Amino acid sequence: MNETKTNVQSNIPVLDRWNLEIIGIVLVVLFFLVAPFFIYPVFLMKAMSYAILGMSVNLLLGYVGLLSFGHAAFFGLSAYMFGHFAKEMDFGVALSMLIAVSGGTLLGVLFAMIAVRRIEFYFAMITLALAQLVYFFCVQAEFTGGDDGLQGIPRGEILGFSLLENSHLYGFVLLMFLFCLLFVFRIINSPFGEMLKAIRENPERVTSLGCSPRTYKFIAFVLSAFLASIGGALKALVFQIAALPDVHWLMSGDGVLMALVGGIGTLIGPIVGALFIVWAQDGLAEIGMSVVVMQGLLFMATVLLFRKGIVGELGRLKKYFR
Amino acid sequence: MEHFSMMALWGQLVVGLINGSFYALLSLGLAIIFGLLKVANFAHGALFMLGAFSALLMHRYLGVNYWFALVLAPLVVAAFGVVFERLALRRLYHLHHLYGMLLTFGLALVVQGVVLDRFGASGASYPPPDLLRGGLDLGFMFVPVYRLWVIVAAIVVCACTWIVIEKTKLGAYLRAATENPELLKTFSVNVPLLLTATYAAGVGLAALAGVMAAPIYQVSPMMGADIIIVVFAVVVVGGMGSISGAIFTGFGLGLLEGVAKVVYPEAANSVIFAMMALVLLFRPAGLFGKET
Repeated sequence: MNETKTNVQSNIPVLDRWNLEIIGIVLVVLFFLVAPFFIYPVFLMKAMSYAILGMSVNLLLGYVGLLSFGHAAFFGLSAYMFGHFAKEMDFGVALSMLIAVSGGTLLGVLFAMIAVRRIEFYFAMITLALAQLVYFFCVQAEFTGGDDGLQGIPRGEILGFSLLENSHLYGFVLLMFLFCLLFVFRIINSPFGEMLKAIRENPERVTSLGCSPRTYKFIAFVLSAFLASIGGALKALVFQIAALPDVHWLMSGDGVLMALVGGIGTLIGPIVGALFIVWAQDGLAEIGMSVVVMQGLLFMATVLLFRKGIVGELGRLKKYFR
Repeated sequence: MEHFSMMALWGQLVVGLINGSFYALLSLGLAIIFGLLKVANFAHGALFMLGAFSALLMHRYLGVNYWFALVLAPLVVAAFGVVFERLALRRLYHLHHLYGMLLTFGLALVVQGVVLDRFGASGASYPPPDLLRGGLDLGFMFVPVYRLWVIVAAIVVCACTWIVIEKTKLGAYLRAATENPELLKTFSVNVPLLLTATYAAGVGLAALAGVMAAPIYQVSPMMGADIIIVVFAVVVVGGMGSISGAIFTGFGLGLLEGVAKVVYPEAANSVIFAMMALVLLFRPAGLFGKET
């Protein structure tokens, strides 16, 4: 595959990229520590849970070259499960979240068994179709509460900290978010991550080296579903709602869009993308413009004009700092 | 009871054939576009919806009847497709295939969003033409004439498309361009024009299906989104490799869905997706696909 055919800029030397990623992580941490003093914290928590969804999509798209249009299934199912166990069963935040994330991850195993058999657009279509199946299930199932969804999910407490306190809630979401960020950082800078990138660039070569691309893709998919599930459970915790839009394909599209706008194959791209898109969604809702139209235009503009996304294009400025 | 369930089965088989007609027309268009442009056209459902909407609007504001709409709406949508291909899609041919899919996904959101914004989510019904009103008694069951017309018309359109691609000189160019566009250029064939025409023809087919669907389904902004996900599953089952494969899979899965509605109604809208999963487990390349 020649350079223009690949998804991301991969000419940056490894050590250099690593440093940039650490700088990125530090900036993200600083931003989310300082921002709640200036920005409405619920906005930031929404952005963080969406950013986790974006990161999970990006893990597959940016590092394995697999475009998933089905991540709403994990995000939404986890949100529903969290809501169900926290509200109806009274299991508390920690246990409910554990069950919800396990449920979403298990669903990821099922998806992965089927989806990693095909690549490219077939993979995208399969994930979309499987997620639609989950959507139908959630429409019909009893525990999802139909069109109303699960409302008033209790926040409770975790490790003795009451999450009714907004600063505690923010701290908890931030910690989970940072866990996900470091989790992705660890994956992509491990030998396993190098294998993923090798599969993205040249799967035949990987096969010829005696490794099975499908096994690696399978594991990457499950890890990605795990992340998306965390995002969904956190979203349900913050908004105290789990409803059908969480499992709808538009949500999967949101995940892809955040990765794309922020920068496919960059560590902090999806976070920047999530902040941008959540900001745009809220802004447009105020002036009454269609959010879907804006997102569609954003998709087209990004693909046509700045394919590397915000963070990727900023990376170009790097040469001026040498 | 026995008699009743046989009636239900026949009825659902007709419904299945109707749905199968649309699956076949849409996956046919997707396969043609994909074969040449290597783009999985995510906007296909939105353009199907746009076809139905143009027919509805032409009827409502210009008094254009069904038969003219059957010609005009596909032309309008095809013209839209030409503009989109020339201005946007063309710029992505040299890139990874997934960018084309992302671009057309964006287009689908824009088209659906604009229609939703202008006309609301509820939709409207489109009257069938006078000539095709009423029903026909086949002895064992009663069928609305319009439904029979849709099935026959879809089969004819699919057959014509197959003949054009497999048996004519234009089709030979198309197949040659699918195999090796660079070589075809050296024979002084205008390949970029061929690509534009192919995209226009593919989305025109989607719009034609949309007009045909208008009197059957409620014409609503989301009608395309609902059907395109099913059609994607159909495409995965059939494989994008062959034109006839797309047609047969479309009709076949429509029938399967119809049978499921009688046997196990709760799972009817899931049966195609379940079929897709099964095919992927046992024959990953699809029923008619080449191994990749």
